[in-house]
Amino acid sequence: MSDDPRYGTGRSVTLPGPLRLDGGGLLSPLDIGYETYGTLAPDGGNAILVCHALTGDQHVASTHPRTGKPGWWARMVGPGKPIDTDRYFVVCSNVLGSCLGSSGPATVNPATGKPWGMGFPVITIRDMVRAQAMLLDHLGVGKLFAVVGGSMGGMQALSWAATFPERVASAVVIASAARHSAQNIAFHEVGRQAVMADPKWRGGDYYADNDPPAAGLAVARMAAHITYLSEAGLTAKFGRKLQSRPEKPDGAKTFGFDADFQVESYLRHQGLAFVDRFDANSYLYITRALDYFDLAEEHGGLLASAFRGSGARFCVVSFDTDWLYPTSESRTIVHALNAAGARASFVELRSPFGHDAFLLESPELDRVVRGFLEAGTA
Amino acid sequence: MTLRPDLAIIAANVAAGSRVLDVGCGDGALMAALRDTRQVDARGLELDAGDVAAAVGRGLSVVQGDADTDLADYPDHSFDYAILSQTLQTTRHPDLVLENLLRIGKHAFVSFPNFAHWRVRASLLFGGRMPVTRLLPVEWYATPNIHHVTVDDFRAFVQGRGITLEGSWFLSGDQRCGSALANLFAEHAVFLLRR
Repeated sequence: MSDDPRYGTGRSVTLPGPLRLDGGGLLSPLDIGYETYGTLAPDGGNAILVCHALTGDQHVASTHPRTGKPGWWARMVGPGKPIDTDRYFVVCSNVLGSCLGSSGPATVNPATGKPWGMGFPVITIRDMVRAQAMLLDHLGVGKLFAVVGGSMGGMQALSWAATFPERVASAVVIASAARHSAQNIAFHEVGRQAVMADPKWRGGDYYADNDPPAAGLAVARMAAHITYLSEAGLTAKFGRKLQSRPEKPDGAKTFGFDADFQVESYLRHQGLAFVDRFDANSYLYITRALDYFDLAEEHGGLLASAFRGSGARFCVVSFDTDWLYPTSESRTIVHALNAAGARASFVELRSPFGHDAFLLESPELDRVVRGFLEAGTA
Repeated sequence: MTLRPDLAIIAANVAAGSRVLDVGCGDGALMAALRDTRQVDARGLELDAGDVAAAVGRGLSVVQGDADTDLADYPDHSFDYAILSQTLQTTRHPDLVLENLLRIGKHAFVSFPNFAHWRVRASLLFGGRMPVTRLLPVEWYATPNIHHVTVDDFRAFVQGRGITLEGSWFLSGDQRCGSALANLFAEHAVFLLRR
């Protein structure tokens, strides 16, 4: 373990910036919550940036301070794991716009002394990546050995390779896409409207009395959560089973609107658990950043152009039951990589768990990630 | 690790340091050999997800895909060699796959089991049954081989399409055999072609 206060879990830093944003304007200063694991090699050549998904955080392999749960990718990142912290220096930072230590709508606007709320600038995936680059500068990391991410994390990995080709040696893009589809945007709009329809949202200015639009955010989470699962997975887990009650252990219809079905109860629980750990305005901003993401558009409409300057190796993985970012989206990325002459690997793995599969036990995914990374160390 | 004899022939005849696309690369045995012994920059295309995972797990760049549909996405002459080993007879449109191979690679290696080998002929002639041999080990209903081809068929195809034949190798068992009676005595053929 290093004595350097920049390294370790539960870190945060305020960088002077300024960060020039895609939407125009500058952000300065810039707070970033982050964690590092392992030891940076003297030549700096063993750094891996792990990028988190929409509602993820920097606690990739450490206990979450609010929920007490293990890190969200503890089965992938750690000593002896595929992303082996005995060998690699792993960095994971809370994305710009989020609410776990990085600048976002819930942090204080230095110009007013009050939380930004909806005054926070609308940000993009590339803005998140540029903020991460500033963090890596601070940490003394030049070129990344690898950038790895699933879902929105995969979009950051793609954006990294396109924005900083000289700083990325390899990229792992799991269950992701090079752009948000109309269906993706549509689901996000349902979530945003649920938040904004909650009277407690109050135009995003709800921080003062600590009374956030929890009901709206819970509904947004419930709708989104369905898209993370597969129909077959839901059927296997819940089917039409009814919720057990004290007087009816096997459950019974109430002929009312309680959570009769187990799947209803499960979704309500998911919604309520989410509002304890996430800020409603952050949810609006990050879903917006995802909807704006279209890597081809940033490169003259041709996705292959995004990768022309890149000498990186790419590993693209999809899951057969993921209907949020289906295999066809990954194939689009792979076609572009081939057209650009990039070194690309791609595999569609089988899983019953839909989009969430990338977070769950998957020996095949472990083997692919481990082997792909090891090939870069030779 | 010993390579399959047809793969050993291909490996021995690929120029060191070249760029190679192995179509139907399986778990990447040939690619790994080319990388490790001839400093080749090898890429692969493979249909089977388990094989792709195994190949990526050994550090190779392999894309899961189908030779029948996904070769169209590769640019012209983007590789020095495009290789199709033991895969031609499993494709739905072997002619289109071959044309794509010759478009993508400056040279193309093609290897396939010869359906006119005397043992195959004997099986049909005397047994009246679809042959199940060492190189064609699967019963008719389960075989992935849907477009059987003979050495003479392939020679005629190459000539008819005006494709340049740069080399050919024939195997009986694991031993090389002559070109003259290859259609009868070769179990396995390897061709090197160019457009």
